[in-house]
Amino acid sequence: MQAVKYARAESVEEAVRLLQEGGEGARPLAGGTDVIVQARERTRDIDLFVDIKHIPELIGIDYSDDSGLTIGAARPCYQIYGDATVQEKYPILVDSTSLIGGTAIQGRASLGGNLCNSSPAADGIPSLIVLEGQVEIAGPNGRRTVPVEDFCTSPGRNVLGSGEFVVSMSFPAPAAGSGARFLRFIPRNEMDIAVTNAATQLRLNGDGSVAWARVSIGAVAPTPLLVSDAAEALVGRPLSEDSIAAAAAASRDAANPIDDMRGSIRQRVHLAGVLTERTIRQAAERAA
Amino acid sequence: MATEHIVVNCNINGESQTFLANERDSLLEALRDRIGLTGAKEGCNNGNCGACCVNMDGRIVNSCLVMAAECEGSEIRTVEGLAMGDQLTPLQNAFLEQAALQCGICTPGFLVAAEALLEENPDPSEHEIRYWLAGNLCRCTGYDKIVKAVQQAAGQSIV
Repeated sequence: MQAVKYARAESVEEAVRLLQEGGEGARPLAGGTDVIVQARERTRDIDLFVDIKHIPELIGIDYSDDSGLTIGAARPCYQIYGDATVQEKYPILVDSTSLIGGTAIQGRASLGGNLCNSSPAADGIPSLIVLEGQVEIAGPNGRRTVPVEDFCTSPGRNVLGSGEFVVSMSFPAPAAGSGARFLRFIPRNEMDIAVTNAATQLRLNGDGSVAWARVSIGAVAPTPLLVSDAAEALVGRPLSEDSIAAAAAASRDAANPIDDMRGSIRQRVHLAGVLTERTIRQAAERAA
Repeated sequence: MATEHIVVNCNINGESQTFLANERDSLLEALRDRIGLTGAKEGCNNGNCGACCVNMDGRIVNSCLVMAAECEGSEIRTVEGLAMGDQLTPLQNAFLEQAALQCGICTPGFLVAAEALLEENPDPSEHEIRYWLAGNLCRCTGYDKIVKAVQQAAGQSIV
């Protein structure tokens, strides 16, 4: 382990100050399931952990029909998939938070950490994208908000500047007739990194036509992707084999993956289509 | 940059403890090297194997992925806190009767994780047991005997 110091922040302002004073070697610490490994294995230069999970805003969860859902960035996965409101109104967040790591990882790992780790294969991010998530960021120059799909910039990198950290993620209240689903392909049953993943949210009109849709795919590009063409293939017509196939083709076109030990380019492109199709069908089932 | 020793106050296996740790220590290092509780094992040291699993504030965690400094004010339960003296828990007895261990390195983590499962869900299905324990790896006995031991501890008939 690098010679890491530890400081516990009790407020957002204190965390900003500690991170600013700490400079480039200071990192926010929430569940630590990525950043402690990075410090130990020296894949990042870290000399100060600023523990942000004792700040009420970072650990909270809040829902109202007017303002929607806000989840503190440091709230651990098990306190998201175990939340009754999340289970009822945002089951797609149960899909993704219940398959990030195993039980012991879910006891610590947070969705904010999954976002800030900014892995192309992050299992939390496609769900946040299709839910139209907004990322609340605090830093030396105050607060700003960034749409989730604009947050990651390349593998392991994001829009956070020096001294900035994510406070929370917010999502609109689900509209009537909407449903969302996240799926991941791995070669075993659990505890693995996605070969490809995908999420879809859609809203159905009373006549069964698609009023609105969002599709996101992961592990097929340097960052998780919002696939606008897939949504366009669905909107304005009833769900049909043709429209679903067109959306799947749009995801295959958008995919620009690499070959690595987890999967080939060809397999990942194929899976982008398969998972897009399945998430559309299962999102529609939830919408019904 | 040098790090200094820090004082950590927490509750370990029901007893208040104050210990000195290096600021860079993980909870696993503090337990093993500072406090002398060597039940939790270092396997991968990166959160994959579950051999270092302990219960922290009612939830299982990989102690290699917790900084000792984070434990200020926490309640920690380790495998040493399961048995009452010579009186093993039903789960520990079931591990013996089902021969659910061979080399034993993974066993403390499995016991702590499975005890937490049975506290939360006293009658788990086989699928729920396997899913809950997916973060604990065993490389010698195999998983069937471990799953059967958990089923026995839950009072289920074992096929």
